[in-house]
Amino acid sequence: MSTALTPDVEAAPVPPNAPSLDTPDVIRRQRLGLLLRSPSFVIGAVILIFWIVMAIAGPFIAPYGSNDTDLLNTLTPPSGDHWFGTDQYGRDVLSRVIVGSRDILIVAPLATLLGTIVGTFLGLLTGYARGLTDDVVSRIMEAFLALPLLIIAMLVITALGISNTTVIIVIGLSFGLVIARTVRAAVLSERDLDYVAAANLRGENPLYIMTVEILPNVLPPILVEATVRLGYAIFTVASLSFLGLGIQPPSSDWGLAISQNYGLIGGGYWWTVLFDALAIGSLVVGVNLAAEGIHGVVDA
Amino acid sequence: MRFAQALAYRLLLAVITLVLLSIIVFAGCQVLPGDVGRAILGPLADARAVAVLNHQLGVDQPLLLQYWHWVSGMVQGNMGMSYTYRAPVGPFIGHALVNSLKLAGVAFVFVVPLGILGGVVAALRLGTWIDRAIVLSGLSATVVPEFVSGIVLIMVFSIWLHVFPLTATAPNSAGGLTQLYYLLMPAIPLFMIIFGYIARMARAGMVEALASDYTRTAVLKGLTYRQVIWRHVLRNALLPTITVVAVQSGYLIGGLVVVETLFNYHGIGGLIFAAAKAKDFPMLAAGILVIGLTYIVANLVADMLYSALNPRISFGRRE
Repeated sequence: MSTALTPDVEAAPVPPNAPSLDTPDVIRRQRLGLLLRSPSFVIGAVILIFWIVMAIAGPFIAPYGSNDTDLLNTLTPPSGDHWFGTDQYGRDVLSRVIVGSRDILIVAPLATLLGTIVGTFLGLLTGYARGLTDDVVSRIMEAFLALPLLIIAMLVITALGISNTTVIIVIGLSFGLVIARTVRAAVLSERDLDYVAAANLRGENPLYIMTVEILPNVLPPILVEATVRLGYAIFTVASLSFLGLGIQPPSSDWGLAISQNYGLIGGGYWWTVLFDALAIGSLVVGVNLAAEGIHGVVDA
Repeated sequence: MRFAQALAYRLLLAVITLVLLSIIVFAGCQVLPGDVGRAILGPLADARAVAVLNHQLGVDQPLLLQYWHWVSGMVQGNMGMSYTYRAPVGPFIGHALVNSLKLAGVAFVFVVPLGILGGVVAALRLGTWIDRAIVLSGLSATVVPEFVSGIVLIMVFSIWLHVFPLTATAPNSAGGLTQLYYLLMPAIPLFMIIFGYIARMARAGMVEALASDYTRTAVLKGLTYRQVIWRHVLRNALLPTITVVAVQSGYLIGGLVVVETLFNYHGIGGLIFAAAKAKDFPMLAAGILVIGLTYIVANLVADMLYSALNPRISFGRRE
């Protein structure tokens, strides 16, 4: 942009082959500092940490057992005893919302992790090998991506049966395809650089070059992609649970709770679904704010 | 490459994608369930009954043969027989598709202009609180699942304020305006998801165009602000947005499953979901294939539209 008008004075004095002053450690510390000054990251991280604490310590924090029924006090509106009211079995909604964070915070991150591993592997392979491997894998990816994730998940879960494992595998593999595209693009721009040529000349094998040489250099975009995917994973797991194809009873999962109770809002029992809806909303917005913050720092 | 050549090449790619897609759908609906008859009749059914059903459905034939029958039927417009209704799948899909297009249409009519407007305003007020508000609300709206925003909308507008009906399905005799009224609230969750994407894309395009040399030239040669924005910036800035609109049209259908379930609406999403629950594989396969086809066609159209509108991609006509 402004390169033609102002010479790059800062870069000029450093000879091209002088050792850089910014060791990976320094860069890492600088990035961490930038992250902590990014308001969207801090707000997102606080929300996320809040829910992680709830997921781990939920049963100790919750005022009642999440599955304790009280059939004399069903569908009572929010009060001093039950801040969020009770559901149709007299279960305390506040306790259920607190403990309900657990399953989605296990399933969604595991799916994201699986997707990141698969995607990194596929992306390294297609980007490094190019040629026929690349063409074939890219076509198949394209065909998969022509279907919305929710539809693919519905198809596979219907065929294989409902379980958390199926949900993790189907979301993970689908994410793998999406992440592979990002990784592939990053690998393509790395593979023609000198350090890869040097490794080739040393006679390193392709696997070594891919994992030891190229992988560390494409980690930042992978990290950004993974955080964005985590948001989608939560979105999708919640939607599947709402459709009855995700997390199953007796879990007090939020999406599941909404699917079980949304018929009740016609009768005015709004508290049986509103707090679950707000919980999902806050979690996805929190994760995406954090992802946005990380994206901004890694790109800068 | 000439325009016709480019078109032919992209059509070829689209057809390859479609063939792969059909294999994926076939695998999902015929191979993954394993024993189809067992899946329909349940674990307690008599083995002979399962075998008879499998024979009736034709799923005891070799897979390749089954695939061939299925695909050739699809190409001829024969989508197979529904297990649930014991009737041809085609009319169900057609009817549901029309309903879904109405719902999606309502969402699109509002979201495309408003999304672009949001992005343009944000870019013109770059860095101000208006910009931040649009970006943040766009981001938040995009990431919240449709059923979450839908639940909140139902609570506020149907239960507390009594402004909108609880369902998206208008009474049978309802005219166009009444139908529109029933579709307004269900369209909002879809609107929210897409708004952020379009606004973000439009904003990025605007920011880039505003910083470009041709904009500086236009300003320096003395054009008014209005002329610069309308004649030079907007045209270039909004091109990438076309692609986003097309991609979102495919994505939208995933959202339709949830929205149509929540608002009890008989569209393609609701139909697929019902088919999935009932293990009605022919209906499921046909519905999913139609969705994939919609997405592929939308992308193809966007691709061509983008090329046609972008003077820099000229297919060599000006050589």
